[in-house]
Amino acid sequence: MTRQEILNELKKVLSPYTLDKEALANIDEGTDLIKDLKINSANLVDIIIDAESKYNIEIDYDAADKMVNVGGCIDVIEEKTNQQT
Amino acid sequence: MSRRVVVTGMGVVSPNGIGISAFLDAIQNGVSGIKFQPLYEELKFSCQVAGRPDFVLEDLKTRNYISEVVFHGLKGTNIGYGLMAALDAWADAGLEYDTDETRWETGCIFGNSVSDTEAMKNVITRVDNKEAKKLGSRVVEQAMNSGVTSYVSGRLGLGNKVITNSAACATGTQAILMGYETIKDGYAKRMLVGSSEYVDTYVFGSFDSMRVLSRKYNDQPEKASRPMSTTAGGFVPGSGSAALVLEDLDFALARGARIYAEVLGGSTNSGGQRTGGSMTAANPQGVIRCIEEAVANSNISGEDIDLISGHLTATNADMQEIQNWCKALGRSGDNFPLMNSLKSMIGHCLSAAGSIESVASILQIVHGFAHPNINLDDPNPEISNHISLNCLPTSVVKKKINIVAKANFGFGDVNSCLIFSKFNPNDTTRDFK
Repeated sequence: MTRQEILNELKKVLSPYTLDKEALANIDEGTDLIKDLKINSANLVDIIIDAESKYNIEIDYDAADKMVNVGGCIDVIEEKTNQQT
Repeated sequence: MSRRVVVTGMGVVSPNGIGISAFLDAIQNGVSGIKFQPLYEELKFSCQVAGRPDFVLEDLKTRNYISEVVFHGLKGTNIGYGLMAALDAWADAGLEYDTDETRWETGCIFGNSVSDTEAMKNVITRVDNKEAKKLGSRVVEQAMNSGVTSYVSGRLGLGNKVITNSAACATGTQAILMGYETIKDGYAKRMLVGSSEYVDTYVFGSFDSMRVLSRKYNDQPEKASRPMSTTAGGFVPGSGSAALVLEDLDFALARGARIYAEVLGGSTNSGGQRTGGSMTAANPQGVIRCIEEAVANSNISGEDIDLISGHLTATNADMQEIQNWCKALGRSGDNFPLMNSLKSMIGHCLSAAGSIESVASILQIVHGFAHPNINLDDPNPEISNHISLNCLPTSVVKKKINIVAKANFGFGDVNSCLIFSKFNPNDTTRDFK
């Protein structure tokens, strides 16, 4: 999967947690989940759980700390899915 | 300085109607909300009927009660009932949901028994399967007993006292009383008050095991809840919620609010589980004191009461309750007020009973009627030792109702009694200032 492909898939994972659908449609690697998408910080945990389930990966505490912006999310998902293959 | 407190908004999620107009229609026409529950037959419960609102959780999202983000992950039916009743009451009072600023003048007192055992089952299953990591962020807020008040106060930005109360079957009346006192004593201008109850299979099964539920009418669900009748064989559990918007009279008048009724006063106490009282039975002395205090606090006399909305669950406690009312009000025989039990139509909604029955009480004041006691085909012969059967309407009675006494008595020997009155702006005897 390319980073762009992961980003497109990530939009679906993030969708239930943001009301700002326009901002979501225009995310790039620099988009901050809390500041730009107005996601409740408590929901970051749910996004991690949803990503684990979607990609069949395990995201540990250290990796999860990086998932505060879109680029960080892609880094973690890319790394974990590569470990699997 | 003491203030007058009025009711300016109401919302209800009842087994026989959701929303004030559907509920009003149902209670005027004696419509039962009790239905056969096939699952309860499968679970081998003795009682296989229950009152459950025709409620769809998704309505909270599609009808703009809460955002899709808040809805995503919401599983608690109890929270759903409470949110709908509370937000309906808010809108009924002519108030907007959205606000950028905190509403410091408004608080919320809302009660329930258990948060949601069905939602907790998911937690227990996950944890036992060593999958605690998969629970996510939305479980605690729905498992905590203050779930309803948290969702309601968050949606509306309420910034005054936010309290979750729990007093078994007396919860709803107690929540309304506490809201009334908060405004009367000047701590808040407006209180959103009420209670909710979701009787899931686990709660239902626990009551079933106590052998206090109706079990002989599984094939005739609408006849299963029979308060005060010879054939009353236990209560029928019900679920739902109701809410009231209470306001300081001057505050309500200043914004031109519609006023349904006035809360004159009330009382809540306990019989201490002594002299006939226990965990499950009410000490008659406690009940009588509670009613007497409510009457005294309201500056009325027992003679002023036009209608009693009883607790009257359809157990053998009904006969004791009638005697307690007679003693507390000093009235009996033909001089006893009209009395009815909403539970004949919707069953016993436990923590939600007090708030749903309070909405019914206020509607009877506003629209001038006493709703029927359905299923009172065979009144218990002991009743006529105390009061005339004419006091127990079996069809709707159109009559001016000025003052209603609403009481509930719960496990733990706790009692709550409220006095509602038609609002009379010229009544200077209530000008406590």
